[in-house]
Amino acid sequence: MKPAQERAARRSLTGAAHLRSRLTDVLRDLLSNPNMAIGFFILVAASIVAIFAPVIASRDPLDLDPYARLLSPSTEFYFGTDQLGRDTFSRTLHGARLSLKVGLFVAALTMSFGTVIGLVTGYYRTLDNIVMRFMDSLMAVPSFLLAIALVAILGASLANVVIALTVVETPRVVRLTRGSVLSLRERDFVQGAEAVGANAPRILAVHIFPNVAAPLLVQGTYIFALAILVEAGLSFLGAGVPPYIPSWGNMMGEAKTYIHLAAWLAFFPGLFLSLTVLGANLVGDGLRDKLDPRLRHTL
Amino acid sequence: MGRYLVQRLLTTVPVLLIVSVLIFSLIHVAPGDPASFMAGDEARPEQIERIRQKLGLDEPLYKQLGLYYVDIFRGDLGESVFTKFDVTELILQRLEPTVSIAVFAMLLAILISIPSGVLAAWKANSWIDRAVMVFAVFGFAIPVFWLGFNMIWLFAVKLNWFPALGYRPISDGALPWLRSMTLPAATVGIIVAALIARMTRSAMLEVLREDYIRTARAKGLGEFTVLFRHALRNASIPIVTVVGLSMAGLVSGLVITEAVFAIPGMGRLIVDGVTRRDYPIIQGTVLVITVFYVLINLAVDIGYGWLDPKIRYQ
Repeated sequence: MKPAQERAARRSLTGAAHLRSRLTDVLRDLLSNPNMAIGFFILVAASIVAIFAPVIASRDPLDLDPYARLLSPSTEFYFGTDQLGRDTFSRTLHGARLSLKVGLFVAALTMSFGTVIGLVTGYYRTLDNIVMRFMDSLMAVPSFLLAIALVAILGASLANVVIALTVVETPRVVRLTRGSVLSLRERDFVQGAEAVGANAPRILAVHIFPNVAAPLLVQGTYIFALAILVEAGLSFLGAGVPPYIPSWGNMMGEAKTYIHLAAWLAFFPGLFLSLTVLGANLVGDGLRDKLDPRLRHTL
Repeated sequence: MGRYLVQRLLTTVPVLLIVSVLIFSLIHVAPGDPASFMAGDEARPEQIERIRQKLGLDEPLYKQLGLYYVDIFRGDLGESVFTKFDVTELILQRLEPTVSIAVFAMLLAILISIPSGVLAAWKANSWIDRAVMVFAVFGFAIPVFWLGFNMIWLFAVKLNWFPALGYRPISDGALPWLRSMTLPAATVGIIVAALIARMTRSAMLEVLREDYIRTARAKGLGEFTVLFRHALRNASIPIVTVVGLSMAGLVSGLVITEAVFAIPGMGRLIVDGVTRRDYPIIQGTVLVITVFYVLINLAVDIGYGWLDPKIRYQ
């Protein structure tokens, strides 16, 4: 088949199959975009580090050694030790576990809630006004402030950080989904489905959702990156996960006092954090260029 | 323009109303009894009771909300549970460092990002373009506190050019004031600049393809005039949007940067409020910053109307 015919054939596929074929295209093209390949490689590396942290780092990240405080990086302690003599290398690797967990949970939760709320409010106009006023107001509060206030009130724990970030990020997904639904519901294929008597859940799930899935996937990778960054910021300020948990934000928060003596304490967790966020952003940019070529080279 | 202005002002009112109710209800989201939560784990029952009365938590909910609005309109944001200071006064005291650094950071961000975005689009696919894009992509990923640490390490510890910590008020003289602000403002400014540079570049790329740009060049205008008078003006809507959007980044950047550089500003006030569970402080500062934020976004919207008359009539 010629490329043009192939494209036409693909357009005529049903929504779900259309998405599937688009996704395989994306995976096939994955390594053809160098930025995306770098991002993908970073994320795979970060996942391996997170999964095998206890194997790669032989020392316990919580083990204190009063005789080995604030040692600079060496062959024994690759990333040096902190003010309590804990191994920074091991803590940095274990930090990857927490960051990736936060990123995945927040992305999955915001995507689920945001998509469902967005689909329903976009389709039922009566709900639209009320829900969107509420979402607009949530978005009117600077997101970091809302997150910090929520964690302060709910109490500092991993679950509460995830809840706070989900509350803060969901409105953006709702707005994105709703916007697409509003234009899609006027399209012929949706009106056709309505005319032959398909019920609303079916129209939303089978006809509308597959058409909003691509931008949502892109948004999901950005939210994953943002969640990791914001969790680190909250923990850095002492308003995130409890201090005994090795997290990149916690480590840098503690390192604040020792910046003159032991710059490595903040350097390594910061480097890992930056690289992970960079990886997710590059994958997000690559996916966006692939799934929606119209947006290529814009923001 | 006048009608557009009034219209935009009116749409801000419901947003502010819902936001204030949201912030008011924050205290009631807390698990268990907010008064005992605020008093801490070792508080005596009479201390908890005192906090409850002080905050009016023993009143019915509708009355609490009514009193909350009466207080807000009187400019009274309550008093700190911990230090007993008046929250409005605390905020006013902390305003100078935060506003100074915010303005300085935003100026730096715009000075860095707009020329570099314009340059990158003008010399698309050159090494300049690639360098600007690398800066933009990294600026997006680097956490502001890590950048702050590296700034302190390089410019304060190693080179000793700027003070590492603290803030000197403007009353100490302009030079010490500027010196104390340089590192924190540069830290926040660089992160914000990355976002604006990226948007400026892509908006300029679009505009530079237009026919009127070719016409401007064909009639012999200099490149500078073409770029800055013809192209940038037409690319300004998305750029202004991003400048507005970056205000959220500016707020979070400031809160964290104040902690990194030990600056006694609004951000520190919030963080102290959070660590001490001082609700009136948390609510007061979040409310004040959000009102600022909403007003800045309003200004951005009005800016659109001014830049692009089409928007006014939609």
